[in-house]
This record gives sequence, C-alpha cells and structure tokens, in this order.
Amino acid sequence: MRAFSYSRAESVADALKGVVGHGETKVVAGGTNLLDLMKADVMRPTRLVDITRLPLNRIEETAEGGLRLGALVTNADTAHDERVRSRYPMLSRAILAGASAQLRNMATNGGNLLQRTRCYYFYDTGTPCNKREPGSGCGAIGGVNRIHAILGASEHCIATHPSDMCVALAALAAEIRVTGPRGERTIPFEAFHRLPGDAPQIDTNLAPDEIVTAIDLPARGFAAHSTYLKVRDRQSYAFALVSVAAALEIEDGKVTAARLALGGVAHKPWRDQAAEEALVGRPADAGSFAVAAEAVLRDARGFGHNDFKIDLARRAILRALQDAAASETP
Amino acid sequence: MDQRLAELRDTAPAVPDRIPISLVVNGVEKRMEVAAWTTLLDLLRNTLDLPGTKKGCDHGQCGACTVLVDGRRINSCLTLAVMKDGCEVTTIEGLATGDVLHPMQQAFVDHDAYQCGYCTPGQICSAVGLISEGQARTREEIRDLMSGNICRCGAYPNIIAAIEGVLGGTAPAQAKEDPA
Ligand SMILES: Cc1cc2nc3c(=O)[nH]c(=O)nc-3n(C[C@H](O)[C@H](O)[C@H](O)COP(=O)(O)OP(=O)(O)OC[C@H]3O[C@@H](n4cnc5c(N)ncnc54)[C@H](O)[C@@H]3O)c2cc1C
Ligand code: SF4
Ligand code: FES
Ligand code: FES
Repeated sequence: MRAFSYSRAESVADALKGVVGHGETKVVAGGTNLLDLMKADVMRPTRLVDITRLPLNRIEETAEGGLRLGALVTNADTAHDERVRSRYPMLSRAILAGASAQLRNMATNGGNLLQRTRCYYFYDTGTPCNKREPGSGCGAIGGVNRIHAILGASEHCIATHPSDMCVALAALAAEIRVTGPRGERTIPFEAFHRLPGDAPQIDTNLAPDEIVTAIDLPARGFAAHSTYLKVRDRQSYAFALVSVAAALEIEDGKVTAARLALGGVAHKPWRDQAAEEALVGRPADAGSFAVAAEAVLRDARGFGHNDFKIDLARRAILRALQDAAASETP
Repeated sequence: MDQRLAELRDTAPAVPDRIPISLVVNGVEKRMEVAAWTTLLDLLRNTLDLPGTKKGCDHGQCGACTVLVDGRRINSCLTLAVMKDGCEVTTIEGLATGDVLHPMQQAFVDHDAYQCGYCTPGQICSAVGLISEGQARTREEIRDLMSGNICRCGAYPNIIAAIEGVLGGTAPAQAKEDPA
C-alpha cells in the first residue's frame, strides 16, 4: 500500500471538512473494498478520513412507516435486525448471500453502495481500463468477459456492479440520504448508480464532497411474496453471475404490484419498471413471468464469454418470480 | 524495486510517521505507535510477535487472518490497525486459558480438523465468532457461515464436525466424519 495520511472524523461536519476540496481524499468505513483496492494499487488516495466513529450506526423507524438504515450499520447487523428480517426479508437474504460472515461484520451499508466493480482488468494495473484510467481503453471488450454486463453497457465499459444488497434495495425503491457542503439531499435508488456511458470512471451520482448518511426503506416491504435468488460459481462466498430480487403483491391469484431487479448484469443494479408494470393485472403464473423475463432481456447483448448470462438471467427471473409467488413468509 | 520505492516516496504526503494507538490484545493492554497503512494483521504478526494469525491472500478472500475484535470475527488483513484504536483483539494465542485449550481448539484436536494447519487459526477464531453470533443451527448453516474460511487441504468435513460438536455441546472424538 502507498503511504497516506489518516484522520478520524469525530462528527459528520468534521468528516465533510476532511473531504471537501481534497481530490485525493477518501472516507473509509469497513475498509473491505477500499483497502483491497489500495493494496492492488488501483485506488491511490493520499488521505483517508475514518468515519467509523460517526453516529450513523443505528436502524430507526421513519415517519412514513419504513426503516432508516444508518450508513455505518454493518451488513451483518442490518441483515440480522429483527425488523429488517420480518419486514424486508428479501433485503436480509440478499445481504446474507454476499461475501462472508467475517466481511459482513466489517462491511457497512454506505460502503456496500459504493463498492467498485470486480472486473479483472480494473484490478490489473498492467492492462487498459477506462474506469481505472480514463481513455486507456477497455480490456474486457474483446478480452475475457465472462462476468461482464449484458444490459446497459457502452463501448467504453462493460463492467457490472457487484453488490447483492443493492439489488434488493433497487427492488424496494429505497432512497439514499446524503449530506455535503450544499446541505442534505435524498437520491432515489434508481438515480444513485450510473450506467457507464462515456464516463465509466464515475460509478455513482454522489458528489465527491458528499457522504452517505443513511438508506431509507419505504414502508412497503413485500414481506409476503419476495425472494432473492443468486446464481454463482460456488454456493457461498462468490459474487453473482446473475441475481434476481423479485417481489410481488398478489390478490385472488392476480399480481397487483411487482418489483424486479437484477444483479450481475449491468453497471448498476438493473430494475425494469416496464416489465414490472406489464405484470400487474396478470395471473401470478409461469406464463406471465416468462413474458416479464423476455421483456427485461429484450435488449440484452453478450460479449462472447458472457453470452450464457442471457439465458441464465431468463431462467433466474422465471424461477425467482415463481418462488416469490409461492413464498408466504421467508 | 528502487524505482518503485522512489515512486512511493514521491507520492507520499507529508504525514506524521506514526500514530499512537492502544489495543487490548489477548487481555493485555498494548500501547504503540503505528504507521497509518499498517493492517491489523501486520501489526499482530510483525510488531506484536503473534504469528499465529496467518496471512493467506491479504485480500479478504481466504479467512486465514480471522481474529475477533470486540468479540466479532473479522478479516484482519482488510483492517487498518489505527482504525481499531481502543478495541479488544483476540487471536488464536489468546483463546486457551493457561494450558487448557478453548473448547473449539479441543474440538479441532479431537476431530482431527486440519492437515497442514495453515488455515486452522483462522478457522478456529471464525468458529468461535460463529458460535457467539448464534445464527447457525444446522450443518448447512454452519457450512454457509464458515464459507469465509478456505482450507486448501480440504479438511472441511472434520472442521464442520468439530464445530457441530461444540454447537451441540457434545464433542465426541468418535463423531469424526473421516475415520482415516
Ligand atoms: C472477498 C470478498 C468477497 C465479497 N463478496 C461479495 C458478494 O458476494 N456480494 C457483495 O455484495 N459484496 C461482496 N463483497 C464486497 C463487500 O460487500 C464490500 O466490500 C463492502 O460492502 C464495502 O463496505 P465497506 O464499509 O467495507 O466499504 P469501504 O471499503 O470502507 O469503502 C468502499 C467505498 O465506499 C466509500 N464510502 C464508504 N462509506 C461511505 C459513506 N458513508 N459515504 C460516502 N462514501 C463512503 C469509500 O470511500 C470507498 O470508496 C466482497 C468483498 C470481498 C473482499
Ligand atoms: S469493463 Fe469497465 S472496468 Fe472492466 S476493463 Fe473495461 S472499462 Fe475497465
Ligand atoms: S489473509 Fe485475510 S482473508 Fe486471506
Ligand atoms: S489444513 Fe491445510 S489449509 Fe486447511
């Protein structure tokens, strides 16, 4: 790891002061992604601001009947929280499908949102990568791209967002609360992560001088009919090849509300609202679910090694929706 | 190498070399000064002379470096020592009471839950963390919640049996999966 200076923020204001105007400054929370990338020499901050002592470590009820997950609550504490488990079982499941127990004990909710891609070329400083070094090219296009995107990619980058938690948050339509020198604001989940376009070096719409303070979950948790399905190379402690967060509300065998988001397929957690809307009013059965799967994948495109993901995603969507329809309680 | 060092020096900001911290390691308070970039793992092994905690991958991918911080299992390779200022750290060296092994250590011995032994300190610390988390009840749950510890020798069946033994309050040596 390269040398850097370190300071510990004692308050949110303190943290913002530390970050403002320091291009090479990064905040560190669990450290599980940032320190890994610093060891790999992919990220090279010259200053780290330790935010772990800030009072953002609580899960609280919101006035709207939802839950506010503090940015510094660990992934483990979030997944095991009784309120999250019972009201948002899909989220709890998604978090527990990610990383390992040790990592989840360190990883924070804020850090999980901002974790970076696992594209091998991004990690390998000896190869071109537009995300790591804008303008250098993309090693994955025409290279080994088994884990790469099938939706929303650009000619500049075909990386995927690796988070499991974020796929469930997309399906739940969570909101990200952030604060910065221009005050506080709320970013709808859909607008938090970006597609690569011609600036793949920018992962999210969080400004460099802002920090995440919390994630707000709306009251609607789809606890009765939801699931998170993760398909990967080994059954545990591996990133998703394709994952699906599926949530339904069903009355008299008909879908009255649907949520569908995919992981491992795009630069951001991929929620498809058109496919969700098309499900409403239809019978909660395999026929409707197959139509939804086709709709999500209508513009999917492979890059060679990852062509299999299109078929895999189609089947995973179908199965996740069927599991969600069948599930009564998690 | 020289060029790399020169490069490191060039990019290094002017920082105080050492930051004072205090940690309670295996019940003993330690005060020291550390460089900001020293991981907890390197501090334990190189400064505190506790080489029981192993470095496998140094990237969070193997679990060999698992220790307990304030009672919770974490990967010490992805944690900066400065960030743990004021915390209690328990390593494999701190589990036994005098000459009496911790029940999990004893269970690993009884079940022959290792071959080369390199992953073992991490496995045992992780298993101690798993028990106190209280989330694992079935064999499947143990397997899933121990997946953060890789064993290159493939001693998994006996590792799981050892943990099951402690979890069930029984640790019979005969419960070994592999009689060889
Ligand atoms: C071996 C391994 C396997 C993994 N497997 C999975 C997996 O299967 N599924 C999965 O989803 N994840 C997986 N992960 C990733 C893990 O979930 C993330 O590393 C973790 O969630 C990041 O959280 P953190 O608190 O450690 O972030 P840090 O490493 O501390 O920070 C990550 C980034 O977020 C920024 N940041 C952190 N907090 C804030 C904040 N409040 N405001 C603004 N910026 C902030 C930091 O500046 C940094 O850029 C794996 C990680 C490892 C090492
Ligand atoms: S896919 Fe994106 S992250 Fe991977 S090499 Fe190409 S530009 Fe870099
Ligand atoms: S050395 Fe820390 S996980 Fe491998
Ligand atoms: S006993 Fe050899 S790595 Fe596990």
